[in-house]
Amino acid sequence: MSIGVSMEEVERVAELANLDLAADEKPCMQRDLNAILEYVAHLNELDTAGIEPMAQVSDLLDAGADLGHGEALRVDALRPSLDRKLVMEEAPETDGAFFKTPKVIER
Amino acid sequence: MKDTTEMTETLVEKPESIAVLREGIASGSISAVQLAEEYFARIAAHNPLLNVYLSLTRQQALEQAEQVDAAAAKGDPLGPLAGIPVGVKDVLVMQGAPATAGSAILKDYYPPYDATSVARLKMAGAVMLGKINCDEFAMGSSNENSAYGPVRNPVDPERVPGGSSGGSAAAVAANLAVATLGTDTGGSIRQPASFCGVVGVLPTYGRVSRYGLIAFASSLDRVGPFAANVRDAAEVLGVLAGYDINDATSSARPVDHYIGETEKSVAGLKIGIPEEYFAEGLDSEVRAAIETGIDQLQAAGCTIKKISLKHTKYAVPVYYLVATAEASANLARFDGVRYGHRSEKATNLASMYKLSREEGFGPEVKRRILLGTYALSAGYYDAYYKKAQQVRRILAQEFLTAFSDVDAIVTPTAPTAAFKLGEKTDDPLAMYLADIYTVTASLAGICGVTVPCGATSAGLPVGMQVLAAHFNEGMAFRVAQAVESAQVSKRA
Repeated sequence: MSIGVSMEEVERVAELANLDLAADEKPCMQRDLNAILEYVAHLNELDTAGIEPMAQVSDLLDAGADLGHGEALRVDALRPSLDRKLVMEEAPETDGAFFKTPKVIER
Repeated sequence: MKDTTEMTETLVEKPESIAVLREGIASGSISAVQLAEEYFARIAAHNPLLNVYLSLTRQQALEQAEQVDAAAAKGDPLGPLAGIPVGVKDVLVMQGAPATAGSAILKDYYPPYDATSVARLKMAGAVMLGKINCDEFAMGSSNENSAYGPVRNPVDPERVPGGSSGGSAAAVAANLAVATLGTDTGGSIRQPASFCGVVGVLPTYGRVSRYGLIAFASSLDRVGPFAANVRDAAEVLGVLAGYDINDATSSARPVDHYIGETEKSVAGLKIGIPEEYFAEGLDSEVRAAIETGIDQLQAAGCTIKKISLKHTKYAVPVYYLVATAEASANLARFDGVRYGHRSEKATNLASMYKLSREEGFGPEVKRRILLGTYALSAGYYDAYYKKAQQVRRILAQEFLTAFSDVDAIVTPTAPTAAFKLGEKTDDPLAMYLADIYTVTASLAGICGVTVPCGATSAGLPVGMQVLAAHFNEGMAFRVAQAVESAQVSKRA
């Protein structure tokens, strides 16, 4: 685990996350990220070779011990969905049927 | 100081129990409409200072209350929460009320449906008072990250109520609701319940549906109740728990009769006390209060056994990697397209995404999105995210091993009592350490109940965390009830 996030990396990660950080936010974020990453680096003290990552609680128990998570897929049947009108009322811009955004391709 | 003491007397008030209210409503000696009006009056008086409610659903509430009164007058069967005034954390959606999640990006957003937990409360006859303040997207341990201002602790308004469900805890402490809904990702129900002196429940992962919860970290998020006493909390969890077709992670296991469990004796139970939760960093007055509570359990016939959960110190780092990684993905949906804020400065699609998010999210949310994106990004995934998931398994396994020996584990809920507003806002890492005793149970998926257990010399509440194995909520309630009963008889 390398520690020490550069300003360029803060900008790169912000770009990946679609965040347009203000100039005065960047140094604070860099400072905080480095402090937090330095702290989480303690995990390197542990040897985790061969340990299966745990992504969900249902991963936890051995096969046979059933936690009751997602043991059955739901029936593949039509069910009513949300009222389009109610959903579209909350959109910043819509023609009633579709969400509208600024142009994607500039000509 | 003197002013604070005087305020305390007027702000902290214990709600009447659900059983008494329900009995009164059923017999006609209490009107549900009048009860709701009394709550709205109390909210009007105290909300300007406490900032608990972000929006009120007065019309909905009075209609619900009228229906309950009409049913009671006719002698119709009433739901388990008939006429009980409740409030809902603003990360859960309720049709007819805004759902801001404490964020500017969802200002004035009106969701088109009810969360399953909200729908279940309504089905049980509850009267929905309104939506309750919290840290933005449930990210925080003090309720100071809300875009709509902090909540104040009714016990001492100069102090935080804890977070992220700070408003939900403060509402019950100040009797601005009989019970409330909160959510807990790393301690967000338990820690504020502890700070405000109320009962908070972390149900097992999968026990309560998250449908309609604005997601923060999906492998950790849980919905659970706050109440003024253990029995009421058990009552509300009984209503919330159960399978939901709309949440693929919800469990089909039968729901236990939690009230019945609270009535069982604790004599003969084996209680584990993990030494790592009593190590450096624990406030001495909190320690003393918890040790008194443990003595009371022993006096009630429990066997107390010292145990070790030796990887506990790695839980906060694991939590902040897993939770932020999941948050960075979950919060990608806030992009100014389907709902919420869209920047007026945008000139094209890319700038619309970026500016909407930059303007809409607060600093802590941005910090966590950046950390999570970093932990998931190419070149760092194995070192951070995968490593954290591996240690998560070690931590969870440690609990499973412990529960093969003990019936429940008892710890302090938080290392300190409520701290002052502004005390930790400049140091994110110090704030994260407020969750040091709660995050491990979150990572493991086990359940727990926090119950008031004494106070510091300044009169600040201390909470005891009772943890139990997956789907063993009944055991957590049973032990918590014993602690509550001992506290009550000590005061009497």
